[in-house]
Amino acid sequence: MNAVIARKKPGSREDRIFDAVIFVLVALVMLITVYPLYIVVVASFSAPMDVISGKVWIWPSGFNLEGYKRIFANNDILIGYRNTLVYTVLGTLVSIVLTMSAAYPLSRSKLYGRNAVMFLFAFTMFFRGGMIPTYLTLKGMGLYNNLAVMLLFGALSVYNVIVARTFLQNTIPNEVYEAAEVDGSNDLQTFFQIVLPLSMPILAVLTLFYAVGIWNNYFTGLIYLKDRSRYPLQMFLREILVTQADSMSDGLEADMNKMLVQESVKYGAIVISSVPMIILYPFLQKFFVKGVMIGAIKG
Amino acid sequence: MTFSTRTPTLTRKSHLVWRSIKRSRYLYLFLLPALAYLIVFNYLPMYGIQIAFKYYSPVKGILGSKWIGLDNFERFFHSYYFGRLIKNTLVLSFYNLLAGFPFPILLALIFNEIKNQRTKKLVQTVSYVPHFISIIVLVGILNLFFSQSTGLINALRKNLGMEPVGFLNSPGLFPSMYVWSGVWQHAGWNAIIYIAALTGIDPQLHEAAQMDGATRLQRIWHVNIPGILPTVIILFIMEIGRVMNLGFEKIYLMQNQMNIETSQVISTFVYETGMLNMDYGFSTAVDIFNNVINIILLLTFNQIAKRVGDYSLF
Repeated sequence: MNAVIARKKPGSREDRIFDAVIFVLVALVMLITVYPLYIVVVASFSAPMDVISGKVWIWPSGFNLEGYKRIFANNDILIGYRNTLVYTVLGTLVSIVLTMSAAYPLSRSKLYGRNAVMFLFAFTMFFRGGMIPTYLTLKGMGLYNNLAVMLLFGALSVYNVIVARTFLQNTIPNEVYEAAEVDGSNDLQTFFQIVLPLSMPILAVLTLFYAVGIWNNYFTGLIYLKDRSRYPLQMFLREILVTQADSMSDGLEADMNKMLVQESVKYGAIVISSVPMIILYPFLQKFFVKGVMIGAIKG
Repeated sequence: MTFSTRTPTLTRKSHLVWRSIKRSRYLYLFLLPALAYLIVFNYLPMYGIQIAFKYYSPVKGILGSKWIGLDNFERFFHSYYFGRLIKNTLVLSFYNLLAGFPFPILLALIFNEIKNQRTKKLVQTVSYVPHFISIIVLVGILNLFFSQSTGLINALRKNLGMEPVGFLNSPGLFPSMYVWSGVWQHAGWNAIIYIAALTGIDPQLHEAAQMDGATRLQRIWHVNIPGILPTVIILFIMEIGRVMNLGFEKIYLMQNQMNIETSQVISTFVYETGMLNMDYGFSTAVDIFNNVINIILLLTFNQIAKRVGDYSLF
């Protein structure tokens, strides 16, 4: 809308200065956002000695794939990748089934005791059992080091239930349900024949949020997994990027060469772990704003 | 009313209730999986909170352990850590709020002035990218850039003849590292809500301002900012309600023995005492203490937000 108004006075000097200032500010923001990520990619292809001596700022220096070779020679990242793919695909599915199956009845005004049920959901947003009671309870049920915990822990976000419920309430008016009922369709049939086909936008948004959340999650693995063979990718990344970085800064006189390779591995690991996101990002980005806006509708 | 007239009404009422329950039987069926989930992952653990008031023994379990009243809480209040944890939690939260809050607003105001819609969309899309990076990768990047021995920033400093700085190991610098990396990661994403608020401003206001000879800067100041002010105020109040609710994941990854003086907060302390030292009862007591404060703050500020802007979470 601003664009239309601004065009009425195209040539004014003041307007051009203003545009120039905006241009500089936007360019600065873009640079600050993108440059650190760009330099990680460039450094992953450069000679580690050149990287740590500050020679890599724009182009790769001393082309080198040692980091990537090490990553693929070691099974950790590949195992982590496989596990995280499984957790993300199945976990997102579980999350969406749980979320939609809760949001649908909660969006129906005819549900008897709706406020009481809603309270049961909302209460958990504020009051939690806490880290240890949750850990002891789940452990007592045999969920410790159990693959199920990776699919179920945190699978239902009450916030997302509220977002989905709001979406359904705003998209499907009560008259639709009444008409369906007159036609002899029960609530089960109505859900699959009417509600689900109209829910594609919210399903896309939920998929995006849950999938990114699971892909990036390390907390569940940290607390509930023991076997390395079940670790998600983020747990291996933690070992490579964070835990070892700690021991390295202790100033241990480790083999210089080994340390240099480690640096390459770190840069490479970041790039490799981000590949799916980089590929999917252009397809997903149109859902971002939609997702936030559906969530904010409540107002 | 006599007894005889009341009974039929009651039965009729319970009959009606039964009918409405029966009418929505499929809806209850839908609720079952989510309710089962809540019971297992949320409500049963709440029952385990009692270990905060017990001397937890793994052999005796949650129920069988001995009650010790408020001993765990007293131990926490009198411990050396208490003051430090509260202070660190508050410092990080408020620093994060004060530094992190203005940037999304500024970004929204700047992005809103981009005339070309395709450029505007591209710029916005790029600004979200860091939001989707995992915390591990973010902290990994911080380590790679700011490490004292191998970090890029210190390599640059050395090349310029400056002394390297231990950004990651300094208690004094930890809050800034934590806060500004967060601003970098989330400012673009958090701007979405303000950009939406800006597009919601009536274009007639801009036209009128332009008729009166307002410059674009003046229009930002007198039209755009007042236009998004209600959103700003409400979000700010809500954020204050969350000051004691500082997440565990990122701080834990950035924490090391050298910066622990400022990086130890309540949530990392709960993990440390509980998962690492297995002091279950004590850890749970600290957790509950934090949770209760969070609820009080949230309810208070939610109430304020309701009064100020007719807006609330619930």
